[in-house]
Amino acid sequence: MPDLFAYEFIRNAVLASLFASVACGIIGSYVVVKKIGFISGGIAHTAFGGIGLGYYLGINPLFGVIPFSLAAAIAIGLLSRKAKVAEDTAIGAFWAVGMAVGVILIGLTPGYAPNLFSYLFGNILTVSVADLWMIAVLDILIAALTWLFSKEFLALSFDEEYAEVSGVKTTRFYLLLLCLIALTVVILVRVAGIVLVIALLTIPAAIARVFSSTLRGMMGLATVLSALFCLGGLWLSWQLDLASGATIIMLAGIAFLLVHSGRSFISFLKAR
Amino acid sequence: MKREVIRCERLGVEIGGVSVLKGLSFSVAEGDFLAIVGPNGGGKTTLLRVLLGLQKPSEGVVQVFGAAPGRAVGRIGYVPQRLFFDREFPLSVRDVALMGRIALKTPFQHYGKADMQAADEALRIVGLSALSNRRIGALSGGELQRALIARALAGKPQLLLLDEPTASVDPEMKTTIYDLLDHLKSTMTIVLVTHDTGTVSRFVGRVLCLNCSMVLRENPSASPCGEAAQQVYPYPVDLLLHESRNPR
Repeated sequence: MPDLFAYEFIRNAVLASLFASVACGIIGSYVVVKKIGFISGGIAHTAFGGIGLGYYLGINPLFGVIPFSLAAAIAIGLLSRKAKVAEDTAIGAFWAVGMAVGVILIGLTPGYAPNLFSYLFGNILTVSVADLWMIAVLDILIAALTWLFSKEFLALSFDEEYAEVSGVKTTRFYLLLLCLIALTVVILVRVAGIVLVIALLTIPAAIARVFSSTLRGMMGLATVLSALFCLGGLWLSWQLDLASGATIIMLAGIAFLLVHSGRSFISFLKAR
Repeated sequence: MKREVIRCERLGVEIGGVSVLKGLSFSVAEGDFLAIVGPNGGGKTTLLRVLLGLQKPSEGVVQVFGAAPGRAVGRIGYVPQRLFFDREFPLSVRDVALMGRIALKTPFQHYGKADMQAADEALRIVGLSALSNRRIGALSGGELQRALIARALAGKPQLLLLDEPTASVDPEMKTTIYDLLDHLKSTMTIVLVTHDTGTVSRFVGRVLCLNCSMVLRENPSASPCGEAAQQVYPYPVDLLLHESRNPR
């Protein structure tokens, strides 16, 4: 194993896994306790339009994803709050339209679209040093904002009406939370890809919730779990010659299944 | 003269084209204990939402502490009817009480020692000190209701608004909650939405009966709540009248 670290792309992959896990643990916990998994999936998929935009403009597709996913987060958030459209309808529409925009823009780009598959399903072994810097900066931004507004986000997640009555600008903080989800998606695209990020946003936090008594503890545990899944999945994919993103998600999925079936089994035994 | 805490003049509310409240005028003075009763759909919760600034009135004037509703944040404690939340939410009872301090904080401030003390004091008042480290989802219905009252009290409000705090608790806990309110009424103004037409007259100073067009009984001791309840409820009402303990 140590000789693996001689390769720069392995070092980058490990660092990217660790950075991504921090954002995953913090933001994933909010996604799980506020039950906004579907809206997060919508933001992630809409972000594919940003990948297309990046290809079309000939820039790093991740730079296309940042504005696109932020715009998607705000648009979905406002539409579901203010317009008389059912939330899941708004999300579903954005989900598909965002991906359609991506497909059209990639089609309009002359020539072959390299690495397209890696943006859809992740390829952590292709993370560059420039990507790493961007991931690190986004990580710090996400951690700082959630620390600054921790009591507002907590009140928003637990009892939004009470937060509103207490003078918290709930719509503003909700949109900010969706924007932070969008930025986490940007970080996770490299690790798991647009299609698979939602699993990393929900599974580590969902497992952590079972064992945590505070939101902060849940975030910490979710970060550790996420790092275990990413590094474990990376190692397995290397050993078995499988796609890294999909292997990471499979590992997380199996852990999720084991924890929850184990829990049901224990409560079944207790009930007898 | 006592300070006016709430003033409604010809208040009307329409939701989706349906008139929920119409021509409602009343005022609540400092130290009052007002009960709002009436059948389902009578607009009780809507009135509370108007006072909290969550629902815009379609006509009339509403003032809370002399300002528009929603402007008196930090002086109002609110206890919702029932809270639908994730039973597995990783949050202790103390953390929930601590949330009652949020109105007194600016966005960048974190909770400090004074906030912790206020939260613990509020939990002591409602008798939940022993459970303060328990997960909020592990509480029984009555304990949860008291935790929500503690959250409202932690902000040291001057006005306490409660929406059917006894709706989902057993008779013994009901008495406990009313005794608690009876104890609190000397320190703050209380407005209570309730279905307990019988019990309230024993504790409250005034009863407001809502049935779209409203009936106001200014003084349950002189003109018992029961009479008004018979008028507003479309079905026979169980009446237990008690001697009023607080003649005005």
